Amino acid sequence: MSKRIDVSDLHVYYGDFLAVEDVNITLDAKSVTAFIGPSGCGKSTFLRTLNRMHEVIPGARVEGKVLLDGDNLYSDGVDPVTVRSQIGMVFQRPNPFPTMSIRDNVLAGVKLNSRRISKSDADALVESSLSSANLWNEVKDRLDKPGSGLSGGQQQRLCIARAIAVSPDVILMDEPCSALDPISTLAIEDLINELKDQYTVVIVTHNMQQAARVSDKTAFFNIAGTGKPGKLIEFAETATIFNNPGEKSTEDYVSGRFG
Amino acid sequence: MSNTKLARRAGTGRTGDQVFSGAALGAGVLIVAILFAVAMFLVIQALPTFTAPRSESTGGEGFFAYIFPIVIGTLIAAMIALIIATPIGVAVALFISHYAPRSLAKGMGYVVDLLAAIPSVIYGAWGASFLASSLKGPYQWLAENLGWIPIFAGPASGTGKTILTAGIVLAVMVLPIIASLTREIFLQAPMLHQEAALALGATRWEMIRMAVLPFARGGIISAVMLGLGRALGETLAVALVLSSGPLIASWIRSGNQTIAAEIALNFPEAFGLRMHELIAAGLVLFLITLLVNVVARWIISRHKEFSGAN
Repeated sequence: MSKRIDVSDLHVYYGDFLAVEDVNITLDAKSVTAFIGPSGCGKSTFLRTLNRMHEVIPGARVEGKVLLDGDNLYSDGVDPVTVRSQIGMVFQRPNPFPTMSIRDNVLAGVKLNSRRISKSDADALVESSLSSANLWNEVKDRLDKPGSGLSGGQQQRLCIARAIAVSPDVILMDEPCSALDPISTLAIEDLINELKDQYTVVIVTHNMQQAARVSDKTAFFNIAGTGKPGKLIEFAETATIFNNPGEKSTEDYVSGRFG
Repeated sequence: MSNTKLARRAGTGRTGDQVFSGAALGAGVLIVAILFAVAMFLVIQALPTFTAPRSESTGGEGFFAYIFPIVIGTLIAAMIALIIATPIGVAVALFISHYAPRSLAKGMGYVVDLLAAIPSVIYGAWGASFLASSLKGPYQWLAENLGWIPIFAGPASGTGKTILTAGIVLAVMVLPIIASLTREIFLQAPMLHQEAALALGATRWEMIRMAVLPFARGGIISAVMLGLGRALGETLAVALVLSSGPLIASWIRSGNQTIAAEIALNFPEAFGLRMHELIAAGLVLFLITLLVNVVARWIISRHKEFSGAN
């Protein structure tokens, strides 16, 4: 269950403000794509257009096409709720539901839309999702405790387990490690490497070493100045971006000369 | 003075800190002292009621026989008010915080706050002169069609001034309190968790159920309890709207009475034991409110682990 995303001529707006201009990009199935770039360059904004979370903000809108294996997410009659159930998301700060137990957190997405699930199926799904998120051994004895009692790194893996429990086609990660310590970061990076066997993974990161470690391809976004729209500058194999970039600004950024 | 660098510098004194902490402590002590003084006053003034011979109390069968029906009447009126006002208040708040377009939400917020500021005598006058008479028809219908349910037993009141009318007026008064308090709580529900729910494919209502209502649970209970406090203690509106009488099961006949209205209607002419008796009724009301608050605290604290505060 892994799908390709083709984005063509995508413009992203907040009200009248053009935040990201004219993105054309193809994200391969069963691979990890990293978005890098300086703060405010629109990489997170662009990521949120891939599962229609962008429009949650009042006034936010999009022009252009995002095709998930050929189906446009933005055609008329497409329900954003369905889109989001097929394209999972992990946020910058771990956000398990504080009022739910660990088990209920994993099942939160599965129980949506009044779907019923038998207890044995639920148990199996909780175990498999938490195992896929490398969290099962740490929490199997306290599944009924609140998810907010876990450490930050564990909470983030719980959020990943929650996202993969609904078996999405794509998993979007918005700086998933920026609030975590190095050990937890390593655990998440290992997990990303395992996830790409089954899912299309897109990750926004500020950490260039992280992009180099986990991704197959890397997209570099940049912004000409404050108030100007962000743009996709270069998109290529990760090794190319870091060793032999085609654009001067990419080279400046990855070599640490700015940003 | 060996370590002058770290000594307190002159002129940057702690006066502000001290004044503020003194003022805060003073305010805290004052509130406890006032509460204690009120309780003491009620207890001392109420004492003669309990030592007096039974035959001298109103009704002639002792204080508890006197107070029991109006305690029940108070609870019924408050219960009717909360049953009506809680779902509507929470729904109004949710509409303002999560459904209405921003321009409309702002206007509605003002209107709700304004409703809370209307004096109770106006609600009372409206209830007595307009609402009661317009409810006569519906009460008639209830008595004829649902009269087998004890609370709708006929014959329906000819004036409409019943405990149900009083409860509805109380509901209108309590509604803005519940709506404006819960709206504030709903607006504070963390975006982080709302987005988490949406990103999982939740509809707006599912998102509200997963990320907003659980967060707001304690706040909703507090808002309802504050509303209950107003409903229990509301005097004037009930005194104007309710044509009082002895305790009866039917909500659509004249009868029943609440503690606050009983005190207000009788206090001006009361003296001697009767006055002590009314103060004792006030003490009972005080204890009921206290009990309600303790229970509310207990309900909120029972789910502390899952409250989202950790």
